[in-house]
Amino acid sequence: MKILVAIKQVPVRDSPLVIGASGRWIEEAGLSFEINEPDAYALEEALQLKEKHGGEVVALCAGPARAQQTIRETLAKGADRAIHIEAENLGAFDTLGVARLLSEAARPENPDLILTGLQSDDLGYGQTGVVLAELLGLPHSTIIMQVDVVNKEGLGAAIRVKRELEDGWFQHIAMPLPAVLTIQSGINKLRYATLMGIKRAKTKEIRSFAASAEVRPTSMRIEKLYAPEKSRQAQIFEGDPKAAAAKLVEKLKFEARIL
Amino acid sequence: MKVLAILEHQNGRLHRMSWETLAAAQQIGGAEVDAALIGWRIGALAQEVATKKAARVYPVVHALLENYTADGYTAAVEALVRRTNPDLVLFPHTYQTRDYAPKLATRLDRSLVSDVVAARMENGSPVFVRQFFQGKLNGDIRLEGPGPHFVSLQAGAWRADALESGSAALEKFIPELNASQIRQAPEAPFRESARAVDLTAAEIIVSVGRGIGDKDKIPVAEDLARALGAELAASRPICDAGWLPMERQVGSSGQTVSPKMYVAVGISGAIQHLVGMKGSKTIVAINKDANAPIFEVADYGIVGDLFEVVPALAEEIRKAKA
Repeated sequence: MKILVAIKQVPVRDSPLVIGASGRWIEEAGLSFEINEPDAYALEEALQLKEKHGGEVVALCAGPARAQQTIRETLAKGADRAIHIEAENLGAFDTLGVARLLSEAARPENPDLILTGLQSDDLGYGQTGVVLAELLGLPHSTIIMQVDVVNKEGLGAAIRVKRELEDGWFQHIAMPLPAVLTIQSGINKLRYATLMGIKRAKTKEIRSFAASAEVRPTSMRIEKLYAPEKSRQAQIFEGDPKAAAAKLVEKLKFEARIL
Repeated sequence: MKVLAILEHQNGRLHRMSWETLAAAQQIGGAEVDAALIGWRIGALAQEVATKKAARVYPVVHALLENYTADGYTAAVEALVRRTNPDLVLFPHTYQTRDYAPKLATRLDRSLVSDVVAARMENGSPVFVRQFFQGKLNGDIRLEGPGPHFVSLQAGAWRADALESGSAALEKFIPELNASQIRQAPEAPFRESARAVDLTAAEIIVSVGRGIGDKDKIPVAEDLARALGAELAASRPICDAGWLPMERQVGSSGQTVSPKMYVAVGISGAIQHLVGMKGSKTIVAINKDANAPIFEVADYGIVGDLFEVVPALAEEIRKAKA
């Protein structure tokens, strides 16, 4: 089973965010980057499926040169090889544009399964996997909590997945392979890279895939990025923790009348 | 601007966010609003929608739409959009919309503007506001090129009680579908075994977030819960990591609670968490980051190191109760 995992590199969680000069994106200089957390769960799921069913795990990542570090980490965790779509100007693409890049690199690979996280921690559009499926003409399902490979009558090689619905409901869905799934965080327990894995990653292939030069017109653009207006009503206590706690308890007792 | 609102339903009822979506469509589209419901045997629901102010209500009906599938819904709404040519198609930003609306937009060579929290008109064209970096930044989004454009709306961003009543024409729309188009075979939805912990009954909840940093530190929050006589809950990442069981999760994928007091410990306040607790009567937030979104919904907040603040708070509460 050949599994492609689409990953994204995003600023480290809780990075201090400053709006860049264009006003349309953050200032990236000085930030550290890491794998988008939901994509880490997608990678882990791919590795576990490979351990069960054999095959190959290929990491796929679009991003500038700095993405190499994150790609190398996926190889250290156990991905067999990687494809890096080198694109310095990802900001010029919208979701559809980025998914087009991914689909160009994914198509010649003919994977059995494509996994990705359900959303990114930076843009948070939550669409890349679904758009990729449509561009490749593959069936898909989203917010997946469990993946089982089955042989379903009439379907041949297929998967049966557990999809999360709202309010604590779930649903099983079967579909033929190849297919695209977006993986929910928490589906599995993330592994750490071993020393051996880190060593072996150095010899694994990262193939560079030239992004098509053409940026097609997009149907949306970020005009301006800004800090949300504070609508805060909260009474905030700062400073000495003990004094702040005492003030809060007084408020809870005499103002909110909860204690 | 001609607006089409796609409304969602399940088990014979409209999804609560459907009315919010229709209210948004009325505000953005004025008189040129159509609404659509997709399914099978949905006549009664369509009639209910037709008592609201809209030009037309389209029941989009086909036996193959009885159970939701991404392939079936995409084909059905695609056919309706091609027939009715709206400038803007609005969806509630539900799990279902997330599953198929990006596919639909792609088919029409557009990007979906997802999870929008506000809209305003500027020089005759709409500007949509959505959150980035998990609520830490907002962004204004402009649509480019001709319609149809596709936008999904965050829960609670528009008010259902702003909905205007009226009378809409019912126009049944029967898309051409065949079974071979639909590749997903869905089974009946189910719930996991009955929840052992019913957070909705708790009067006070102490809830833990990423700020706790380590499973071994959970007792710090547990002690505060004990001092308050509260139930212990958590945000999604804590349950994902297995530090507390999933049944103690508050948020869009967990339980929705509205206790007398909700104490958020080390929770930054991602929207998925806020929707599960913002109805609480009194909200207390403890976080080291003064800019954390949780302080936007809090009544009281302490900015500081939770490992210093929480034990101090537990001690003060015990003193006050003694």
